[in-house]
Amino acid sequence: MRLTQGQFSFLPELSDDDIRQQAQYAIDNGWAVSVEYTDDPHPRNTYWEMWGHPMFDNPDAAAVVFEVNECRKAHGSKYIRVLAFDATAGWESIRMSFIVNRPADEPGFRVVRQEGEGRIVRYTIESYAAREPEGRRYA
Amino acid sequence: MLDDAKTIKDGKKRYAAGVMKYAQMGYWEPDYEPKDTDIIALFRITPQDGVDPVEAAAAVAGESSTATWTVVWTDRLTACDKYRAKAYRVDPVPNSTGEFFAYIAYDLDLFEGGSIANLTASIIGNVFGFKPLKALRLEDMRLPVAYVKTFQGPATGIVVERERLNCYGRPLLGATVKPKLGLSGRNYGRVVYEALKGGLDFTKDDENINSQPFMHWRDRFLYCMEAVNRASAATGEVKGTYLNVTAGTMEEMYARAEFAKELGSVIVMIDLVIGYTAIQSMAKWARDNDMILHLHRAGHSTYTRQRSHGVSFRVIAKWMRLAGVDHLHAGTVVGKLEGDPATTKGYYDIFREERNPMALENGIFFDQEWASLNKMMPVASGGIHAGQMHQLLTYLGEDVVLQFGGGTIGHPHGIQAGATANRVALEAMVFARNAGRDIWNEGEDILRDAARTCTPLKQALDVWKDVTFDYASTDAPDFVPTPEVSA
Repeated sequence: MRLTQGQFSFLPELSDDDIRQQAQYAIDNGWAVSVEYTDDPHPRNTYWEMWGHPMFDNPDAAAVVFEVNECRKAHGSKYIRVLAFDATAGWESIRMSFIVNRPADEPGFRVVRQEGEGRIVRYTIESYAAREPEGRRYA
Repeated sequence: MLDDAKTIKDGKKRYAAGVMKYAQMGYWEPDYEPKDTDIIALFRITPQDGVDPVEAAAAVAGESSTATWTVVWTDRLTACDKYRAKAYRVDPVPNSTGEFFAYIAYDLDLFEGGSIANLTASIIGNVFGFKPLKALRLEDMRLPVAYVKTFQGPATGIVVERERLNCYGRPLLGATVKPKLGLSGRNYGRVVYEALKGGLDFTKDDENINSQPFMHWRDRFLYCMEAVNRASAATGEVKGTYLNVTAGTMEEMYARAEFAKELGSVIVMIDLVIGYTAIQSMAKWARDNDMILHLHRAGHSTYTRQRSHGVSFRVIAKWMRLAGVDHLHAGTVVGKLEGDPATTKGYYDIFREERNPMALENGIFFDQEWASLNKMMPVASGGIHAGQMHQLLTYLGEDVVLQFGGGTIGHPHGIQAGATANRVALEAMVFARNAGRDIWNEGEDILRDAARTCTPLKQALDVWKDVTFDYASTDAPDFVPTPEVSA
C-alpha cells in the first residue's frame, strides 16, 4: 500500500528542488517550516517526532532541504514530512503538510472489527509495522 | 420624496385614532445615525405603482418591528421611539427602474440573543406579504458584535476540522453518492468505499436520503462506516461520509446522530429545510459531541434565486455562521448551478473571513466583524469535473470541499479511477500554484502533464473536456467597479 497522507502523496516522489519550492512558498507566506519523522503512520498519530523546532526565522528554503536530508541520514527508513505553521490569529495551526520520505516497503494497516449487539461493529485500524516496538519497524 | 414624510411629534396628533402614513409614525428618519449595536437590514423594495419609495421603506421598517396598520394608543406605554425600526436611507437601484435599496436600523433590544428564529420572525416575518409592495428582497444585514457574541458559531470550524482530518494545504475532496435514491444499503456502501479508497476525503448522502423503503437509515449508516474504515485502512488517511440525520422530529434526528457517533463517524449532515431552530440544536449537539456538521442548503433557491423577491443567499450564509454549521454549500461558479464569480466571492468571504469589509461589487453592503466566531467550510458541488481544477482553485481557494459526484462516479473506468483522477488533478494544481506557476493560464498544460503519469486523469480529461455550463446569471451584483482613469 501507499500511505497517502499529506498534500502530494498522489504525485511522483518530490525531488529536492520540488521540496525547496514548496518550502519557499510557505516561507514567503510567513509560515515556519519544520521537519518531522515517524515509524507509526497511523492516520490519528498526530505527534510525529520533531526533527528540531519549526524554523521560525529562516528565510531560505535551502535550509529546509538540508534538514530533510540530515533527517533522511538518521531516519531514512521511516516516514518524513514537511510542515508549515501559521501563527496568524484565527488560524494558529498547520497550513501545509507533505511527505518527503517513506519506507521502501509499506505494509499498511489492518481493520480490526469487534462485533457488538444490533450489528454494531467497533472498528480499530492497526498498522502492521507498529506491532514491532519503536525503532524496530521498517528496519 | 413625500412632503408629508415627517414624523409627527405632537403626541395628540400622532396618537389620534385612525390610519396615517408609516413615515409620519416615526419609521422614516433620514437623519438617523445607526448605532454600533444596531442590527441593520438592507432591503430591495419594489413599491406598487403610485406608492412612494420612502413610505414603502417606512412601512417595511414598521411592519418588521412595532407597527400595525392603524394607530394604537398602547404605543405610549412603551419607549416606542427606541423600539421602532428606522428606515434612514433609500437609494434607487442602479439600472433597475422601480426598485430601491432601503436601509433599516433595528435596536438590539428588539431581539433575543442566540435565536435565528427570533431574528427572522421580525426581519422576514409578516412584511414579505405586505400588499403595498410588489416585491421585497432582504439583500444583506449588518450584525453587531454584541449580537454575534450571543451565538455559538460553527461547531468545529475550518481549522479544527483540518486538524481532526489531518488534512492541510489543499481543498478537501468529496462526492455525493449517486443515484441519489434507490440504492440498497449494501450497494450504497460500495460507492462510498470505492470513492474514498480512490482518493476522496469525503462522500456524502444526498439531501433526500433519509430512511426510505429501499434503504433504512441504520442499514445505510452501518454499511457506510464499514466502507469508511476499510478505505481508511487502505490509505492511512482519515476518511468520512456525511451521514444525513435529517428526520421528521428532533428526537429522531438526535437518535440518528447518536448512532452515527457510536459508529465512529467524524461528520453528520442535516438539510436546511429542518428549520433554523433545529439547525441550532444540531449545532449544539455537534459541539458537545466533537462532530463536524454539514448543512445541505436544500430548498434555498425557492427564496434566494430571484433578484427582486426573497432573501439573498449571503444573508442565509450569515445566519448559518451564527447558527453554527461547519459545512455549507456555496456555489462553484463554473458548475451547473446558479452563481456568478463576483457574488460567489461575497459568499465565500462571509464563510471564511474574520472581517468582511463593504464590497458592493461582491454584493456585500456592510462592514461585518465576526468576533472570532469559527469559520465555515464552503462546499462546491454540482457539475464540476477534474478538467476545471485550475478554475476551481483560482475562484474558490484552498479552504473548500470540492464535490465531484458525477465527476467521480461517472468515470469511464469506475469510481476509484474517478476519485484518483480528481485527487491527482487537485494535488498537481496545488503543487503548481505553490511552485509559482500561473495556473489560470497554464492550467490545461498542468493537467495534461499530470495525466502523463495518471491514466485515470487522462481518461477523465478526455471524457469531460468540453463540458461547461455557460449561462447568464439571474443574481449578479448591482454595482460594477468602475476602472479608475489614470493620467
